[in-house]
This record gives sequence, C-alpha cells and structure tokens, in this order.
Amino acid sequence: MKNTWLIARRELASYFTSPIAHAVTAVFLLVAGYLFWVILYYSREATMRYLFYNVTTLLLLVGPALTMRLVAEERRTGTIELLLTSPVRDGEVIAGKFLAALGLWALMLALTLVYPALLEAFGNPDLGPIATGYLGLLLAGGAVLALGVIASTVTSNQVIAALVAFGLSLFLWLADALQGIATGALGSFFSYLSMSTHFYDLAKGVIDTRDVVFYLSLIFGSLFVATRLLEARRWKL
Amino acid sequence: MIEVEHLTKRYGDVTAIDDLSFSVRQGEILGFLGPNGAGKTTTMRILSGYMPPSAGRARVAGYDVTENSLEVRRRIGYLPETVPLYPEMTVSAYLEYMAALRGVARPTRAAMQAMEACGVADRRDTLIGKLSKGYRQRVGLAQALIHDPEVLILDEPTIGLDPRQIIEVRNLIKSLGGKRTIILSTHILPEVSQVCERVMIINKGRLVAEDTPERLTARLRGAQQLLVQVARPTRETASVLQSIAGVLRVNEKESGRYEIESALDGDPRPKIAEAVVQHGWGLLELRPVGMSLEEIFLTLTTEDAATEPAGQADRPTPAPRRQGGEGR
Repeated sequence: MKNTWLIARRELASYFTSPIAHAVTAVFLLVAGYLFWVILYYSREATMRYLFYNVTTLLLLVGPALTMRLVAEERRTGTIELLLTSPVRDGEVIAGKFLAALGLWALMLALTLVYPALLEAFGNPDLGPIATGYLGLLLAGGAVLALGVIASTVTSNQVIAALVAFGLSLFLWLADALQGIATGALGSFFSYLSMSTHFYDLAKGVIDTRDVVFYLSLIFGSLFVATRLLEARRWKL
Repeated sequence: MIEVEHLTKRYGDVTAIDDLSFSVRQGEILGFLGPNGAGKTTTMRILSGYMPPSAGRARVAGYDVTENSLEVRRRIGYLPETVPLYPEMTVSAYLEYMAALRGVARPTRAAMQAMEACGVADRRDTLIGKLSKGYRQRVGLAQALIHDPEVLILDEPTIGLDPRQIIEVRNLIKSLGGKRTIILSTHILPEVSQVCERVMIINKGRLVAEDTPERLTARLRGAQQLLVQVARPTRETASVLQSIAGVLRVNEKESGRYEIESALDGDPRPKIAEAVVQHGWGLLELRPVGMSLEEIFLTLTTEDAATEPAGQADRPTPAPRRQGGEGR
C-alpha cells in the first residue's frame, strides 16, 4: 500500500514536470468549456447532462494520452528494471500507475466544477444529476484509464500504447452497437459490455448499482490483466 | 551468499546462459568478465530477480530468486547496464524515491549519504536529464547503494566514465567490499585485477575460466613461463637454473631448451642470463612464453579455444567442467 502510494506520487509529479499534464488539461478544459458554452447557448437549460455525454467522447482521447507513457516509458528507458528489482509487487506498480492517472483525471474534472457553479449562480440547476454525472465520468474515466494501463504494459512504444488504449476503449464504448447484429443472449451481452449504456443512467441522475459494479469490475479486471502482463516476464519460457 | 547451480536461460532458440554454476562468499568481490553477449547481463538480471531462469536455480542470501523474489530484492542493490534514471526528477528526489521504495526508514538521510559516497552531492538539485554521463553513472551507483544492501550487482559500473572517475568509482567499489558481497561485470581487463578478489570469464553463456586476478593475470600475461635456449648445455645446466632465486621449476624440453616456471613476483630473467653467461653456455634465447592479456582473453572467448579447459588452475570453489551437450 505504501509502495502504491509512493509510485502514484512520483508518477503524478512526473506528469507535471513534463508538459503532458499541462497540455492535456489545457486542451481538455478548452474543449469542455467550448462545449459547455455552446450547449448552454442553444438549450438555455441549467443542466449538464448533454455536456457529460460530450465529455465522454473527449475522455476517449484524453484517457490514452494520460496512460500511454505509464509503463511504456519505463520499458523504453530501462527504469522498469529498477522498479521490478525493488521489493515492490507487480500489482503495486500497476495500482500506483493507475492511481496517478486517475488522480490527474479527477483533477481535470474538479477544474470543470466551475460550470455547475456558474449554473448555480445564474440559474436553478438540479444538483443531483450533476453529482451522479460526475460520478459517472469518474467511473468511466477509471475504466478507460485502466484499459490504457493494459495497453501501456504490453509495449515500449507510446504511440502504440495510445492507439491500443483508444481502440479498446472505443470498442467497449460502442459495444452496444453489436446488439442489433447478434440476437438473444449474445445481443444483451454486448449491450451489457457497452460502457456507454452504463453511463446514460448516471448522467440522468440515477445511481444503479449494476452500473457502478460494471465500471468497478472493468477497472479491477483491467488492472488484474495488466498485472499479469507485467508478470509475464517471470513466466518460465 | 550467492549460489548459482546449473543456471540456464533461453530466449526462444537462443541460449544466453548454459549450465552456469558458481558461488560467491560473503564479502567477496567477484568480477564477471566476458565479451558482449556472453551472458553477463542475463545472469545479473536473474540474480536481481528481474526474470527467472529457464532451468537451474540461484540463491541470494539463502533465498531462491524465483520463489522468494521479494526477499532477494530486499537484499540486493542493482545497477543495470542501462542506468535506470528518471530524467525529469532531481538527483535528490530520485534517490529519496528509490530509498523509500526499498523501505529505508529515513529516505532523506539515506539519499544524502549515498550522494556523498558517490560524489554527486553537488548536483543534488539538478534534473537528472541535464547531468553528464559520468554523473548519471554515479547517480545509478548511489541508487544501488541507498538501502545499504548485503549484495551489490553492478553491470558495467565504470562504462562511460572518464579515467579519473573510473578510478574514483573503482575505489568506491573496493571500499564497499568486505562487508558487502559484490558482483560486477566488465569487459575491461585491467579493471578486474584492480577491484576483484576473484574473476570469472564467461563466453557464450559458459564458464571458461575462474581464478584470482593475480593468478589469472599472471597466467594471461605468461609471466610465469620462460623459455631459455642455450647453445652448449651441460648436465648441470638444469640444476643451476633451478637454483636461481625465483625459479620454481625447470623443464628440459629438448637439448638446450628449458621451460622455466617462475614465481609471480620478481623477474628472474637477469639472473638467468647472468648464470648462463657465467657458465659459458652461450645464450641463444630468453623470452617469456604465453600470450598477452588480450590474446588469452580472445582465445578463451572464441570457439577455437573450446577444446582446452582454461580454468585448470586451482579453483577456490568447484566450477563446472566445460562439457557440451549435457542438455540442461
């Protein structure tokens, strides 16, 4: 646990000493702010529901940018050898990396709290759905980031890591599109697998434990897979 | 402290190390010598717990590197071949992070001590990415020392340093010995003789020679073997040569040709020449036989030499015979 925290803290600090955190956060806030304004301008509604849907699209791009370097960079520079010959469990390495990325995502979301504050100042928004929407973004973000950690673990190339993360996330985001192709149990399986179907309720203000469980399973499952992939070098081949 | 038994590592079809066995006593400094691609790095990676062997076992401080990897990793300091540094961190932040990761109780103090020991304290607030190669190498070494490990595994610790820094780092390593067990790899031949108590030469994943550096260097230099040829030998020539101080054994190859084994310290050649002239035997030739350091190294590490076991001299520890195809 202490090691996880140490790794997460170093990783978070390194986000900010490199330009990544600043660049990603700036672009994210710029686009999110633009969307907030446009949506508000046309809808004239004190709600953030439509913004949340749009931010998930942004998440599919931002997530891989945050995770692509996590393990891949250590592989490329050789620091992975240092980390893995320290008395640290592979799971602690993966958890630390994930928490750093999640921390940055949470920070980016926190900076957008300006929007509900503006709505509150000039309108009368229902804060319940806004809170659950943020919870949804945090959970969906966690899932995309955990998938990104898998992608970063299998390669030393950051571009590949980012693309694989994007591909995995996009597939899981749109998996419900396969619902119409496959029928019956398979169809509902694809529907269940879709990250977007689990997001809608949260954005509407409904906390369904099934949605929360889905995202948490996806996060922990992905981190487990990433840990096993990191351990792969220890397999006797 | 370190026991390696029949260690084998294969990457697909390539056998990186092949049935390697050796052991290192506590406090010993072992030099690991071999050309690039001989299996030095692979062996060190296995010992450090980074990856498992394909076959055989390795133990550090009594713990198996595969089964008790965490216990092994607590006890070793490891400097890999490519110095693992985070360029975006400052020297002190990096060392404090490493200290904390290794479970050091007071990371800040440990980092300060390691920086002083390795001569990088003056750059403590510099970003690692801005350091020169020599400084980076020493920061890497500081990282390996930071938790005061029982065993140090150093993969080419002096690579990329200038001559003065090389001497400093060698002295540092030497001063660390005695208490700690150290394995260091290098392909610089004189380095091992200056730093190590024992040397292992490996090639193509196999042990080809193992000895103390003195004996190995002596053998490599051929200093202990002299060839004397005289024009008019008498019956007593051999015994006269034998009586000269520093001569250990005289072996008459043919009439007038003597192979002389001399002690390692002191060169008996002037006295031999003097004796031959004094007795009027007519000196034809007096020269050291054997090959240069580089030549022996090349012989030991090229395939042609594989027929003759080079590690015949007394070995401090049992070493495997160089037999092929045991199929481990």
